[in-house]
Amino acid sequence: MIYLDNSATTKPEASVLKSFEKVSTDFFANPSSIHPLGGESEKLLHQAKDQAAKLLEVARSEIVFTSGGTEGNNLAIKGIALEHQHRGKHIITTAVEHASVYEACKSLEKLGFNITYLPVNQDGIINVNDLQAAIQDDTILISIMHVNSELGSIQPIKEVGAITKKYPKLFFHVDHVQGLGKVPLSLKDSGIDLCTMSGHKIHGLKGTGLLYIRNRTTLFPLFHGGAQEQAKRSGTENLAGAVSFVRALRLILERERTHKHELLQMQQYIRKELEKLPDVFVNTPLHAAPHIINFSVPGVKPEVLIHLLAENDIYISTKSACSSKQTDESKILAACGLPKKRTTSALRVSLTYTNTMEELQQFMGILRRNIQQLKKVME
Amino acid sequence: MQYDYILIRYGEMALKGKNIKAFILRLQENIQNKLQDYKNVKVKRTQGRMFILLNGHDPEPIIDKCKHIFGIQSLSLAIKEENDPDKVKEAALYALKKNDAASTFKVTVKRINKDFPIRSQEFNHVVGKHLLTNTNGITVDVHQPDVEIKIEIRNEATYITSSVVQGAGGLPVGTSGKSLLLLSGGIDSPVAGYLAMKRGVQLEAIHFHSPPFTSERAKQKVLDLAKQLTQYGKSIQVHLVPFTKLQQEIFRQIPDGYAMTIMRRIMMRISEKVCQEQGILSITTGENLGQVASQTMESMNVINEVTNYPILRPLVAMDKTEIIDIAKKIGTYETSILPYEDCCTVFVPKSPKTKPKREKANHFEAKADLSEWVEEALQNIETIKITSRQENTYENLF
Repeated sequence: MIYLDNSATTKPEASVLKSFEKVSTDFFANPSSIHPLGGESEKLLHQAKDQAAKLLEVARSEIVFTSGGTEGNNLAIKGIALEHQHRGKHIITTAVEHASVYEACKSLEKLGFNITYLPVNQDGIINVNDLQAAIQDDTILISIMHVNSELGSIQPIKEVGAITKKYPKLFFHVDHVQGLGKVPLSLKDSGIDLCTMSGHKIHGLKGTGLLYIRNRTTLFPLFHGGAQEQAKRSGTENLAGAVSFVRALRLILERERTHKHELLQMQQYIRKELEKLPDVFVNTPLHAAPHIINFSVPGVKPEVLIHLLAENDIYISTKSACSSKQTDESKILAACGLPKKRTTSALRVSLTYTNTMEELQQFMGILRRNIQQLKKVME
Repeated sequence: MQYDYILIRYGEMALKGKNIKAFILRLQENIQNKLQDYKNVKVKRTQGRMFILLNGHDPEPIIDKCKHIFGIQSLSLAIKEENDPDKVKEAALYALKKNDAASTFKVTVKRINKDFPIRSQEFNHVVGKHLLTNTNGITVDVHQPDVEIKIEIRNEATYITSSVVQGAGGLPVGTSGKSLLLLSGGIDSPVAGYLAMKRGVQLEAIHFHSPPFTSERAKQKVLDLAKQLTQYGKSIQVHLVPFTKLQQEIFRQIPDGYAMTIMRRIMMRISEKVCQEQGILSITTGENLGQVASQTMESMNVINEVTNYPILRPLVAMDKTEIIDIAKKIGTYETSILPYEDCCTVFVPKSPKTKPKREKANHFEAKADLSEWVEEALQNIETIKITSRQENTYENLF
């Protein structure tokens, strides 16, 4: 199997699964229980937080474990909007966000919020001048993703952070789900108030994740109940999920430090090979995250290509998995102003640290053959 | 170019006469101890100054750690340059530009090395002009500048510094002997310990626990508090006294109104014994005048009767709100307010005397027979050494 759909999800690391199993077996007690078994669980939970805080260079109290990216984004956006709506009802985001940000914002429109969706250039990147111009007196939240899940474009988070710092009423949320472990982001120095991370994109388990909430940031919780996670996210803690997430986090950050250039090399190889093919357009900009390469084969239905590749035990995707069951056109590519023939024929290869050059050579060979074959049939 | 030094200014200890060497050596040791995880970082002394050589390490986390070390008045990032006017000018420009929030500055030159070709006042102007011509929108303000660029031309080199970070002040921990802190798990006692440390005191701690009335978590809470305190000094030995039987006996044998007073007197006696064994010369408590029944003037008088060891009460004159502010600042508050029972909340007499008398206390004690239980408690003290190192008992899970 050649698995090249790592931006949709990654294969859980064996040691992460082991952690999950061990914690589920040995520390099954509820961390809120008063008895000593509960105490043990609580202690482990604290250590998980300490470890996560250390890895991310933030404070323990700024870590809230969640069920993943969608929950993190929803908690950040709706939480800030509902809590601070008396300050204003204007939110700024971009036209290329993940569905969990985009739809959360859409839902707020129904509650009377006013959302600005910043446009992007052909590379999928916003203009910070547009952002500056969009800020109004009643703007309470800016939500911008770090790395685009379809294109790999990197948004200028630090610059945005510097701008938002000038507005004390403004919160800044970053969806870091695609960037984590691939493109470094310093939470401390970037003016970020909230930052979403997800476990299953970093070889952790589905249903695990983390939301960084800067100290002194108040938000309206999505779940009310037992006041777990400083009452920001009630519900019995998923201790095994939290511990295994922290393990996945440590491993991915280590790999980012030591093996990032290999990802980059593989990405450059695919780019070079794709550019040799006639009528194939590479959509991912030159300066992008090292693990995503998006390209279009106009005239060929992407789904057909995906099925043909799957017959050879190779797995890639069209657009972001969360939107791939909808219409053919990629909303993200359309927002970049690409012509329809490209926005409806896009494919995405997404890598991880366990992929190898041999896999990619095989993939390119089969892709080349398949495209030629299809072209013949289509013509 | 980069900042390669952190310059350390001494606090009050700079005023010490002949003994200053001992204070400086202790401070150096405390800093070295704190930074032992950073390879190649060195702590050096020169005349009147201490420097941390960063050797390529990021200065921010190191400054963060050093901010908590008592004996340090302030810290500054410094660049070391040859005594060459052009090089010093460039370094000053770098130091100014590093400070991106600055819109005004001031240059102060101190020329200790009189061989340096340009006199202080004149060099001041030269550097100022260089900074003005090479930056945009930054002006001079000699009265209230955002940044003060300090240039110290010493014999061995010139040091250029800009931002000044406030240190913790006080005296280096370990220069004022050891004290035994009565650590309860509440808000006050860790703050008392912190303030004692600020005056150079090295702590050991004693905690009375009453399992199963008090839980493992209550004990852990105390250990966590001690760990928090190690941030500001050295490792701390915590002596855990099993108090259950003794406490039950006290409440069985002593009239209700005096049970709390006698309990405190026995805690004092046990504490003094621990002091004697460990060579500790004083006891530190979180007592505060008038806060609860055991902290009235009368209570203190009766409780204090059983020991002639000095009792340090750093909080005696503080308001609760002031104590809470410090607890929050030093990071113990969150732990202190965790709602676990401790030995002073489990056995609470219905109406403790707020004005107990020595004669009565002595009378009740003479009638009761508690020595066996005291002895047993002393025999079964468990001592745990708490270090500032982040220990991770579940390492293999992460």
